[in-house]
Formats: sequence, structure tokens, C-alpha cells
Amino acid sequence: MSEIANTSSQSAQVAPPPGSLWHHFENLEHQNEATTLGMWVFLATELLIFGALFAGYAAYRSWYPAAFEAASGRLNLLIGGINTVVLLTSSLTMVLAVRAAQLGSLRALVTLLILTSLLGTVFLALKAVEYYTDYLDNLVPGLAFNPEEWRQVHVNPAHVQLFLVFYYVMTGLHAVHLTFGIVIMAVLAVMAWRRAFTPEHHTAVEMWGLYWHFVDIVWIFLLPLLYLIATRKTLM
Amino acid sequence: MSGPTFQRKTYYYVFGALIALTVLTVGISFLDLGQWHIAAGLTIAVCKAGFVILFFMHLLHSRPLTWLILGTGLFWLAILLALTLSDYVTRHLGAY
Repeated sequence: MSEIANTSSQSAQVAPPPGSLWHHFENLEHQNEATTLGMWVFLATELLIFGALFAGYAAYRSWYPAAFEAASGRLNLLIGGINTVVLLTSSLTMVLAVRAAQLGSLRALVTLLILTSLLGTVFLALKAVEYYTDYLDNLVPGLAFNPEEWRQVHVNPAHVQLFLVFYYVMTGLHAVHLTFGIVIMAVLAVMAWRRAFTPEHHTAVEMWGLYWHFVDIVWIFLLPLLYLIATRKTLM
Repeated sequence: MSGPTFQRKTYYYVFGALIALTVLTVGISFLDLGQWHIAAGLTIAVCKAGFVILFFMHLLHSRPLTWLILGTGLFWLAILLALTLSDYVTRHLGAY
């Protein structure tokens, strides 16, 4: 895949580290631009994957507002809110990691990549706890659900179950994306520790940074659209 | 140094804004806004996403081609949402 760079060609460019320049690019700058652009294109497709779920959710919320609002109020906003702060912090550590890569600060880069991965793991752990509290609260269709408690407040339990399915699928798909990101950040941290990145060549860090921010943005929208669509009475 | 970047201070300010907006969106959810909860939540979410995209994803310093790709993705998303929802909100075929 990668060949020894042709260093005799270009003008004011620093000679690329051996093997870092792929043969179909003129120089490292070209390669970096194309790689980050490729990630942006991928993120545009990811926008549509989650967009389809949001569209379905919006359609059924328009049909069954009472059930959706009632169910939304039962989600654990304490964990949801804390998780939002956790992911936002991980985006900060991620962008600082990219900056460290640009400056060639090796120790900062490794530390920040590990921190990003760690914060993502904290999110997953809290999410697991949240799913468990949902189970204890009879909010798991097919596993722990009490239709009577919803009929007593004049809400259709079938519509509540529909909301809950959307909730688990959307947060679940987000969690899968986050898991990929956590593993990739850990791999990048190891690569960084082994001095794979230089200020001129650290495309992977920038590229996967974009991916990480996208996962954060998905959660930024999941929070209000799942947890906050009606007046909240309780935090959890 | 390759790739665009901001000062560290800028990143901290943006982070502060993101946290403040999170506190805001959670806070107003306890007020009685009736039908406006979704609109308010979406507005704040768009602001937060905008901060992340422009600063953390360096879009402000990116080439116009990058803006075009993001714009295209958003345009497709808009079509998806507009055409799907225009069907669902105007007909209640399955609403029972």
C-alpha cells in the first residue's frame, strides 16, 4: 500500500517519513487533504443513516405525541446529561490531541488520545447503567414492561413501546459507533507512542478526530430529541 | 504543521459554550414550554453542533470543497426529513 516517497519532486515540502506517502499522491499535503475529504464524505453518508432513524422517529412522534412525550419523561436525564458532558469533554481532548500532533508534542498526543478513549468508555459504562435503570423502571419492551401503568394514565402502551424501540435502536447504533471510535483512539495512541506521527504526517489523527466529533454531534441531537421533548418532571 | 488549527484558548472557550448550552437545554426542559420544547431543544442542539463543526472539526479553516460536502450531506438530510415528514404529518393512515 505505501511506498518509499519520491523526495526529489516537490518544492517547499518537508521530505515525508519513509513509507508515509502513497504513490498516487503528489505530496503529503495532497494526501492529507484527500484523506480528510474522504472522511467528510463518509460522515455525510453517516448523517443519512442516523437521519433515517431521526425521520422515522419524527414521523411517529407526530402521530403519537402523547405517548412519546409521556415515555420521554421517564428516561434517565441525570445519566443522559452527565453523558453529554462526558462526550463534549472527549471532543475537547480529541481536538487538543490533533493540535498536539500538529505541534509534534508526543507525550501530550498519547495522553490526550488515551483520555479521549477513556471518556468514551465512561460514556458506555454510564449508558449500560442507564439501560439497567430503564430495565428496573419497566421500560424495556418484551423484557420488562407493564402496559397497565400506561393505560391508567390514558396513554397507549403500544405507542410507548414504539418510542422505546426507537430509543434503544438510536442510542444503540450510537453506542456501536462510539465503540469503534474508542478502539480506534486506543490504536492511534499506541501508534503515537511508537512515533508513527510527525507534525507533517499525522493524517490518521485528524481523520479519526473528525469521526469522533461526528459521534459527539449525533449525541448532541439525541439528547433533546429523546429526553427533552416535553416538560420534564423528574431528573431520572 | 499540516492542517488548520485554532489557539488552545479558542478550544476552551468553545468547550465552555458547549457546556453552558447543555446546562441551558436541560434547564429549560423543566419549564412549561408546551409545544415549544422540541423547537427550543433543536435550536440549542444546532448551535452546539455548529460550534463542534466550525471549531473542533476545523470547518472554519477548511477549503470550500469541504463546506460543499457538508452542505450536500445536509441538503440530502433536508430532503429526507422534509419529504418523509410532509407525508406523515398530512396523513394519519396508521394513527390508531
